[in-house]
Amino acid sequence: MQLNREQLLAAYRMMRTIRDFEDRVHTEFSAGGIPGFVHLYAGEEASAVGICMNLDERDKIASTHRGHGHCIAKGCDVDGMMGEIFGKSNGLCGGKGGSMHIADLSKGMMGANGIVGGGPPLICGAALTAKTLKTGGVAVAFMGDGASNQGTTMESFNLAKAWNLPVIFVVEDNGYAESTGSNWSVSGTQLGRAAGFGIPAVQVDGLDFFAIYDAAHEAVERARNGGGPSLIHGKLNRYYGHFEGDAMTYRGEGEVEMLRRDHDPLNFFRKRVTEAGLLEAAQLDEIDATVQAEIDASVVKAKGAAMPVASKLLTDVYVSY
Amino acid sequence: MSDAIKAIGMPKWGLAMTEGKVNAWLVEEGADIATGDEILEIETSKITNVFESPVSGPLRRKVAAEGETLPVGALLGVVADASVTEAEIDAFVETAKAAQAEAAAAAVPPPAPELVHAEGWTARVLTMAPEAAGALPLLLIHGFGGDYQNWQFNQPDLAIDRTVYALDLPGHGGSSKVLTGADVPGLAVAVRSALAALGVERFHVAGHSLGGAIGLQLALDEPKRVASVTLICSAGLGPEINTDYIEGFIKSDKRKDMKATVEKLFADPAFVSRDMVDDLLKYKRLDGVLPALRTIADAVFAGGHQTSVFTDRLATLDVPVQTIWGESDAIIPVAHANAVPEARRHVLAGAGHMVHIEKPSDVTRLIGEFVAFAGG
Amino acid sequence: MSKKSFRQAINEALAQEMRRDHRVIVMGEDVAGGLGTPGDQDAWGGPMGVTKGLVGEFGRERVLDTPITESGFIGAAVGAAATGLRPVADLMFVDFMGVCFDQIFNQAAKFRYMFGGKAVTPVVIRTMFGAGFRAASQHSQCLYPIFTHIPGLKVAIPSNAYEAKGLLIQAIRDDDPVIFFEHKMLYDDIDEVPDEPYTIPFGEANVTREGTDLTIVAFGRMVKFANEAADLLAKQKISVTVIDPRTTSPMDYDTILESVEETGRLVVVDEAHPRCSMATDVAAFVVQDAFKHLKAPIKMVTPPHVPVPFSPALEDEYIPNTARIMAAARSVLA
Repeated sequence: MQLNREQLLAAYRMMRTIRDFEDRVHTEFSAGGIPGFVHLYAGEEASAVGICMNLDERDKIASTHRGHGHCIAKGCDVDGMMGEIFGKSNGLCGGKGGSMHIADLSKGMMGANGIVGGGPPLICGAALTAKTLKTGGVAVAFMGDGASNQGTTMESFNLAKAWNLPVIFVVEDNGYAESTGSNWSVSGTQLGRAAGFGIPAVQVDGLDFFAIYDAAHEAVERARNGGGPSLIHGKLNRYYGHFEGDAMTYRGEGEVEMLRRDHDPLNFFRKRVTEAGLLEAAQLDEIDATVQAEIDASVVKAKGAAMPVASKLLTDVYVSY
Repeated sequence: MSDAIKAIGMPKWGLAMTEGKVNAWLVEEGADIATGDEILEIETSKITNVFESPVSGPLRRKVAAEGETLPVGALLGVVADASVTEAEIDAFVETAKAAQAEAAAAAVPPPAPELVHAEGWTARVLTMAPEAAGALPLLLIHGFGGDYQNWQFNQPDLAIDRTVYALDLPGHGGSSKVLTGADVPGLAVAVRSALAALGVERFHVAGHSLGGAIGLQLALDEPKRVASVTLICSAGLGPEINTDYIEGFIKSDKRKDMKATVEKLFADPAFVSRDMVDDLLKYKRLDGVLPALRTIADAVFAGGHQTSVFTDRLATLDVPVQTIWGESDAIIPVAHANAVPEARRHVLAGAGHMVHIEKPSDVTRLIGEFVAFAGG
Repeated sequence: MSKKSFRQAINEALAQEMRRDHRVIVMGEDVAGGLGTPGDQDAWGGPMGVTKGLVGEFGRERVLDTPITESGFIGAAVGAAATGLRPVADLMFVDFMGVCFDQIFNQAAKFRYMFGGKAVTPVVIRTMFGAGFRAASQHSQCLYPIFTHIPGLKVAIPSNAYEAKGLLIQAIRDDDPVIFFEHKMLYDDIDEVPDEPYTIPFGEANVTREGTDLTIVAFGRMVKFANEAADLLAKQKISVTVIDPRTTSPMDYDTILESVEETGRLVVVDEAHPRCSMATDVAAFVVQDAFKHLKAPIKMVTPPHVPVPFSPALEDEYIPNTARIMAAARSVLA
């Protein structure tokens, strides 16, 4: 798959935005500025961006508790996200949702989700809408290896196949369901499971933006052309804990350091495009600098924004009541 | 069985009435009663009303007990002169009860309204005595927010002599809720198209309230087609109208509010039954009703006044017109009746805007006499 | 206007709304039936035949049979609602909420609030409830108090065919998630039901009997029994108001409070289990807001706190009935 220069720059910029966003949330959380708990996506950027680069405004995604990366990749406003995570009135959801419930339906982002396995049935519904109203849209359910064990996921595989829905299931397998290894908790294989439902599936290196992009392209084309659901199994890595504050005592000695050094999707991308002469290092450096400034600005805005007023407690429960 | 014995049976008020409850006797056994005397208070699921005696003579026997619920036609009392013995009355009651049981077994369904597909709309019409082709038919037009059932106490008796059509106006009852015209001339156009679909050429018309104005409009537009016009608490005869009622009717969506609103229509608010209020709420919940009522009210009662007033045209109208008004009409001033000559003006005491419901036999008689007088 | 059964009223409401709005779809297990079989299509129309005939008019694209997979298809209905359809999902028996409740109370109910008022989720979940069908513990519960408990859901419980059609059309046109409870013992009850579409607003109680001595609040099928009790009591010169709240969320407490202020006596009839039920809810509100008007303790008529039994002898003993309501009425009037 050939991506032009602008697309490559956009992909890098998006991955860099996710990385800087998550690193900064990590810092701010440690400093005590962020309430509640957050789950960070750093290390998995190539997946969200590689998938979402294939989507347009017709398409919907359902995310997970580890949702910041999907939000950014689907076009959610970064300032609004940061405000939301700080619980401020400038948040995308007015501070009512927080990190685990960031959504922007106008962007086709149907929400991060606090319930592991909550998204796949919803995305079947989004795909049903696209099919019934003939919008040409597709729907993507992101899930972790943990969610892949939920009954809702299996039910959704079955339903998507039975109804021949334009769905792409993306299993982002970072090897850990909370603190439990997927080596132990996932019986069989993701590809074997998909095969059991007659769903075409492919495993890709989650480090490799290009591999993910190509796999998603094929799945999206299949879905748009009435070919039904697909599954993409990405093997990837998370740099931070299950949630912020997780001491990660379950991880191997030096594991995270090794991953950051040798298996970083941004470094991988940078190396590929510069070595192939597609982009100049200076262009990427410039993006790094700009994004850094944007994230800084979003934190300043979030910290400066007002808390929601008490009366907001009672609004937005119903359209009418 | 002696002809000297006369039965008083449970009346049938309207289509839906299958039984009535005897709330109270208003006369004592042995009293001499005359036709038209108020003798009983009878409650149906729709309405509580006073029953006027259909016969004259001494009331010899109260067959129905107070509180008893009986089918339509059931024997309520016996009128007989002194020559009739108690034993004869016993036998009469027994025979009547047996006949009643037989009739109940062979009951025929009441006439049902039909949907008539007219140009631009579908009208729900209840036709009575369609076989009476000789005499000119009579058209009954209800008022704002009403339907054909407003005539339930009048239509059956009026249909003894002629075909009587009671229709639901556009936006009302079971008629289509899309309006082709919402002002009085526009509604008259719709009624004319319904008449065309019914194959009616020349006719008498009796209209209540807004229906009266429409009847008048029909007569003014085509005087040769209209044999007579009876205007009951009618619109079209002056600018005043109680728009609080109109607005209240449109806005009331709870039983309590609707009951208070509808009570304005009657001299005696006890006429307003649970079922009457329920039926109105049910009608108002139908798709399209609220916008239709709003549109009609805005067109017909714009700015708190009637927009179609025909008083200055009555003098030149070559169609006989009479008015019937409830003395206590709280919706349209009884003074509007002055628009027609005194001889054809009837103001009934103890009745409000729904005079044809509160004083059904008087109103039915007045319509009947006037139609007969006008001829055809 | 014509006589229609509760079942026909619901079928007609669905058909009329599907004609009116192409976004309205029906989905659920066997809502048509026969898919993938060598036999009849539209074989069932749901186990009670409520949706029968819809697939013939609207096709398989709008009347979707599902696998037996409540989490999957209820979640899909929610997702479809959040993205532009107006699905009416059929959760065959409300007892099956156990295998799909997350999609209802954590997803559908919460979207609008969590997403800062930007989500609209116009999903209707139709579901059968109630005892009397000899269907035992897993197919006979009421459970509407559990849904009523969740902010973000609306809960409608029609008590007759007229109410069923008007409340269902309202539910379909409503922009919030609505759980629509159909008592399985009411499907064959017949009532006058207009042929035209109409809506009954949510949160507005229906006063089915008006009286001055006693207020009875009842839900669903219990409204029928409460009306019977009121009519029998009327013959004993006891004048009873019967209130059918129609929806438990929103809930019209005002009508109940106004009536209790007048009568001073309250009986609540609830077929749900007695703890944390609509009976306790109504009783608590009345005690809180109208205590000074009460002339006698409130009486709750409910089943005992046991699962619904199978044997007819036991089930009949379980379900509140007219006699029990009358006994409760007499005890608060004593």
